[in-house]
Amino acid sequence: MDFGFPPEIEGFRDEVKAFLAEHFSEEMLDVTHDGTMHVPDLHAALAAEGWLAGPVPEELGGGGRSPLESIVLNEEMQLARAPIDAMGVTVITAAILLEHGSDHLKESVVPRLLDGTALAAFGYTEPESGSDVAAAATKAVRDGDEWVINGAKMWTTMAHIADYVILLTRTDPDVPKHKGLTFFLVPLDSPGIEIQAVPTMATERSNATFYDDVRLSDDWRVGDVNGGWAVMKTALKYERGIAGGQFMSPPVIDAAIDWATTHERADGTRPIDDPSVRERLIRAQIDVEVCRGFAYHCADLANEGVMFGVEGSMTKLFASETFKRHCREIHDMMGADGLLTFESPEAHRGGLIEEALRHSPVTAIYGGTSEINRNMVAEGFLGLPRAR
Amino acid sequence: MIAAMRTRYSEDEIAVRDAFLDFFTNESPPAVVRAAAAGTGFDPGLWSSLAAMGAPGMALPEALGGAGAALTDLAVVADVAGAHLAPVPLIEHTVAARCLARAGGHDDLVAELADGSTVATLALRAPVDGVARLVPAGAVADVVVHHDGTTGLTRGEAPGEKLPNTADLPLAHRAVGGATPVFVDAAGWQRTLDEWRALTAVAYVGLATKAIEIGVAYAKERIQFGVLIGTFQAVQHGFADAATSVHGAHLLAQRAVWALETGQPGASRLAGMALLFAAESARFATDRSVQYHGGYGFSEEYDIQLYHRHSTAWILQLGEPAGEYARLATAEFGPAKGAA
Repeated sequence: MDFGFPPEIEGFRDEVKAFLAEHFSEEMLDVTHDGTMHVPDLHAALAAEGWLAGPVPEELGGGGRSPLESIVLNEEMQLARAPIDAMGVTVITAAILLEHGSDHLKESVVPRLLDGTALAAFGYTEPESGSDVAAAATKAVRDGDEWVINGAKMWTTMAHIADYVILLTRTDPDVPKHKGLTFFLVPLDSPGIEIQAVPTMATERSNATFYDDVRLSDDWRVGDVNGGWAVMKTALKYERGIAGGQFMSPPVIDAAIDWATTHERADGTRPIDDPSVRERLIRAQIDVEVCRGFAYHCADLANEGVMFGVEGSMTKLFASETFKRHCREIHDMMGADGLLTFESPEAHRGGLIEEALRHSPVTAIYGGTSEINRNMVAEGFLGLPRAR
Repeated sequence: MIAAMRTRYSEDEIAVRDAFLDFFTNESPPAVVRAAAAGTGFDPGLWSSLAAMGAPGMALPEALGGAGAALTDLAVVADVAGAHLAPVPLIEHTVAARCLARAGGHDDLVAELADGSTVATLALRAPVDGVARLVPAGAVADVVVHHDGTTGLTRGEAPGEKLPNTADLPLAHRAVGGATPVFVDAAGWQRTLDEWRALTAVAYVGLATKAIEIGVAYAKERIQFGVLIGTFQAVQHGFADAATSVHGAHLLAQRAVWALETGQPGASRLAGMALLFAAESARFATDRSVQYHGGYGFSEEYDIQLYHRHSTAWILQLGEPAGEYARLATAEFGPAKGAA
């Protein structure tokens, strides 16, 4: 086997590092303290660099960057603590539109997504359908040349600052659930849309969005009528290809090493000299190397055009479950001082570790829960019989 | 498409793997493992057949009678040997021979090691008062390489007597008092141990993958409450966690071997990490697999218990895992000051 990146990819890594040094600093994360996990200046700089369009295939009008470049961009951004959420949503939405959208959407929306002037939000999950995403009940009904949409979506994170939501709807309730779904791109300023904040246990805010007789022309449909599941597969394909979350732990571990080295306990010892702390930190670093192996493996498969699924599930499962454990152990190591939030001037490193602890549970929930991923591994990798 | 990175076995590597998979499937079935366990923990016939396949000299220099293959090629063999718990010290033999080859001055001996007519091993831990305790393959090896500030080789001593142990490995004490010097410094010895760590990590992945395979096959046959136990989500999720961990261990172990082979910075760190993670993954996998066998998993008759015992034993030949974590921590954070 060979785990080395080709020289041109390492060259790209240097470019990304230089970009981040110029366009990103941890202080920029202060804007996210209101709960909106978006750094507009960074997003604009990424767009200007052409990197939002990067992972979208060239033949579709994207940047045609290889999955190896995508993983390097993703890795370096996460190591620097630069948020990758908006980048991910933008790339996936643009790719969906380019693969399945009408000319109207390709011409009027995609360029604005890729140049960073417009943002999108995902509208898959509903109050009554989370992991069972194909059970979506939000209705779209034809009325002459138009569609009328009624329903509600949960976890439409960023909808309050976004221009569009990519919406999964039910267009045929009388067929098996996967076969009656249709996607629409919905402008969030359409009459009949209400956005309500959903505060979370972390600092971040999400949204519930409500659709009351929202009317759209057929131009806003994405993919075939009742062909929504094919669009969903495209979304998953790109999500698995470019999505992040493999390198959430390193900034927290770095902060922990800093704490353990500079902090003195009441008895005058430093945490870093405690064998149990040392072992836990090394174990966390080992998990990071495992995540790196998974990340490079997925990128390698995508680069070779292999449509993978289970490897993505394993990566997500392992990265999020270990991230939760790392946050817990590292937070514990700080004792009472770990409780201070970013609002406290005394918080270590701006409360980074405390904030990560509160954020960590959602990472094993969104984008496919750990339980769903275990099902995928059991069925897809081990060939165990379907359990439900 | 950009070539270069390849995180799966190549066609050539798959061909090697398949050849050795056939070999170990036929020559090292559980009956052979059990027969060896009742004796020294070594199967001389299997070793001779393996030598006929060229395995003992595979990753030794061509000039010294080896095949000049890369460590990454040997890893392919270690993977399937681990899966079959093959009662032969292929990893110890190879890394000891590579150490002697690097040192120079032992060409005739290395040639004997390359064709497998002489069996070598290494003392993973420094000897005390001239005795290396619980040496892997110490009950069968003709040559023992050890390090105690300086490196030495001992030859001509009769192999020690196997001490009964958890996995019936050929562990024995060996006297190394009158050793011949080997010109390998501390870094060179560290390299030797790292090769053992990385290749043993790969063997652990083979073991763990097979242990899951055995457990999954059982879960697809065993009926309780009127259904296959493999349909229970509690069982599925245990296997899924184990398989995920083992796949991660596989990618890390292979990366460690590649890093050693190609001289990457951080190769030693990866080798240490790979062994710890692979051992823990394998222990988790064998624990799950024994558990889902129910009472049969505990019975001597079923093969899964062999996997459980081997997964426990291999890493302990090197010492306490805590010592390995401490070693990596020293490299990472410097020595602990005034440790409580």
